[in-house]
Amino acid sequence: MYDLSCAGVTKRFGSFTAVRDVSLDIPPGSFFSILGPSGCGKTTLMRMIAGFDTPSEGDIRIKGESVLGLAPNKRNVKMVFQHLALFPMMNVGENIAYGLRCRGEAKSGIGEKVARVLDRVGLPGVEDKRIDQLSGGQKQRIAIARCMVLEPDVLLLDEPLGALDLKLRERMKIELKQLQEQFETTFLYITHDQSEALVMSDQVAVMNAGRFEQIGSPKALYDDPVSGFVAGFVGDANALGGRVAELRGDEARVDLDGGGSVLGRIADDSRKGDTVEVFLRPEALSVGSGEGGESLPGRVDGLLFNGANSRVLVRLDTGPLVEVADQGQLAGVGEGDAISVSWSPERARIFSARAAA
Amino acid sequence: MSRDAGRLSLILLFAPFVLWIGLLIVLPQIGIGYVSLREKVGINEYEFGLGNYADFAQAAVYRNTLFRTAWISILVTVLALILGFPVAYFIAKIARDQSRAALFLMCLIPLWVSDLVRAYGWIVLLRETGVISTTLVSWGIIDQPVEMLYNDITVVIGLVYTVILFMIVPLVSTLQGMDDALLEAGFNLGGSRFTVFRRIVVPYAMPGIVAGCIITFMLTAGSYLTPILLGGKNSSWFTEQIYNQFITRYNWEAGATFGVLLLLFTSFVVWLGLRLTGQSLATTVAKET
Repeated sequence: MYDLSCAGVTKRFGSFTAVRDVSLDIPPGSFFSILGPSGCGKTTLMRMIAGFDTPSEGDIRIKGESVLGLAPNKRNVKMVFQHLALFPMMNVGENIAYGLRCRGEAKSGIGEKVARVLDRVGLPGVEDKRIDQLSGGQKQRIAIARCMVLEPDVLLLDEPLGALDLKLRERMKIELKQLQEQFETTFLYITHDQSEALVMSDQVAVMNAGRFEQIGSPKALYDDPVSGFVAGFVGDANALGGRVAELRGDEARVDLDGGGSVLGRIADDSRKGDTVEVFLRPEALSVGSGEGGESLPGRVDGLLFNGANSRVLVRLDTGPLVEVADQGQLAGVGEGDAISVSWSPERARIFSARAAA
Repeated sequence: MSRDAGRLSLILLFAPFVLWIGLLIVLPQIGIGYVSLREKVGINEYEFGLGNYADFAQAAVYRNTLFRTAWISILVTVLALILGFPVAYFIAKIARDQSRAALFLMCLIPLWVSDLVRAYGWIVLLRETGVISTTLVSWGIIDQPVEMLYNDITVVIGLVYTVILFMIVPLVSTLQGMDDALLEAGFNLGGSRFTVFRRIVVPYAMPGIVAGCIITFMLTAGSYLTPILLGGKNSSWFTEQIYNQFITRYNWEAGATFGVLLLLFTSFVVWLGLRLTGQSLATTVAKET
């Protein structure tokens, strides 16, 4: 049985459709992310699961039971809000005890439960602190503890790392994943940051314009995107526009917009003559003409040093700027050098062109 | 040089405030306090002492008037809070952005008209030959015209009407600062509407509630026109006693004593109110946001 499933959920605001026919099934104890740009409808979907909005169509089930008829305060899904929404007039202990008191639990047991959950999130003994005495990371953990003390079926997280600085965000990613494993609760995580989704999740749904483009493991999304949108949104990719000139099985020759033509693998149902984009991951490209591969001439535009993530920016002679992965600047090229960029055709993915954003 | 300039600009900035507080509030109060301690023993003969206060304590009618004024003021404050809170909540949280300004403006409109004119407006409505009475008679609901002025209920209604704005304004500004996510978190964690209201909305709005209550209470206790015009001669309002002593009886000493007592007593009521509700000025009105 799934902890959370949505079947054909649609939400319309007037003539605008925010969420369109979304279906998902989340098995117990997994970390599921919904990844999409802002305005794609992911927050609306989460608000419907929490009960703050009602779907126009479709059903939402928690542990197999439809919750559409249940008010938000009767659903056993808890939510960590974007800005956490800790109650400023209560101290840490009261914040965590709030839900237990709403449930009418005996006073004697509450203190013990609060202490235990604080222990589990690694902040024992902070009950009497005020919220404004906590650091950003501590607030984060208190917000999670406040939900987890109620033992929810599903924990919803609405971009809770957005407000943190970069360093803390990197640490909290790992911490969140550990907390999820420790509590063995299903987490539904919403984000527009692909690295958060890829690092933490068991499954990721990529959402665009109100619908799911693809659901899969982070690796599947990265290696086998089903659409140009997913290929462009998950991970870095260079996209070259063109038109299919020739089709042989799933291999195609594409005439690029700026001139020249390249071989690649058709990854969707594009046909001869369609406008397409050729997606090339930076790590699939190398500087210099590799044997038996495709290559395009260009000129080094800049070197971006970032340790193992260093890149060479190359201005192709046909116009576009591409990023080439260059671990530790080994290629030994200098700015302005005339070089060629090469790749093997099976690592070039061709999708029909995305609608202009 | 720059420090001197800084000091000078500080002095210049503070000067109007200090002059205002000093000349218009502190100095007159000291004068009133001084006059209240002066006992008249003969023509142009005075002694210092607490005789005026002793006279007040002995005259039950003055004491009762003071208590009555305080009691009605508390009632007016509570009513203004009960009526003003939903209005403030609607303006701050429920109304859309465009209508919020219009609603707020509508609350301010009565201030365009002076207290006096507004009080006469009530008289036009409520007096025996007034709009309501004659309408009810013409509809045959009552046989005889009724006098709706000059009773306590009318005074309370008139006072609530006069001061409610001063309750709404601080409430709106505190409630506007409240993130809607707090309410949603309150529901999400299992709170009922009542729990969310009692444990989240009210504590959050407490600075506004305290500020609004103090302002409305002080304004009501110190008001003169509304109780006199709507309550008539029997309104027994304490400011009326002060007026009588100063103007009618030309007994400045007793009037000053009453003035000091009103200030002390209302301050005491505010202090008591803060103590009873477990609030302090430092954690509410002066709270950093």
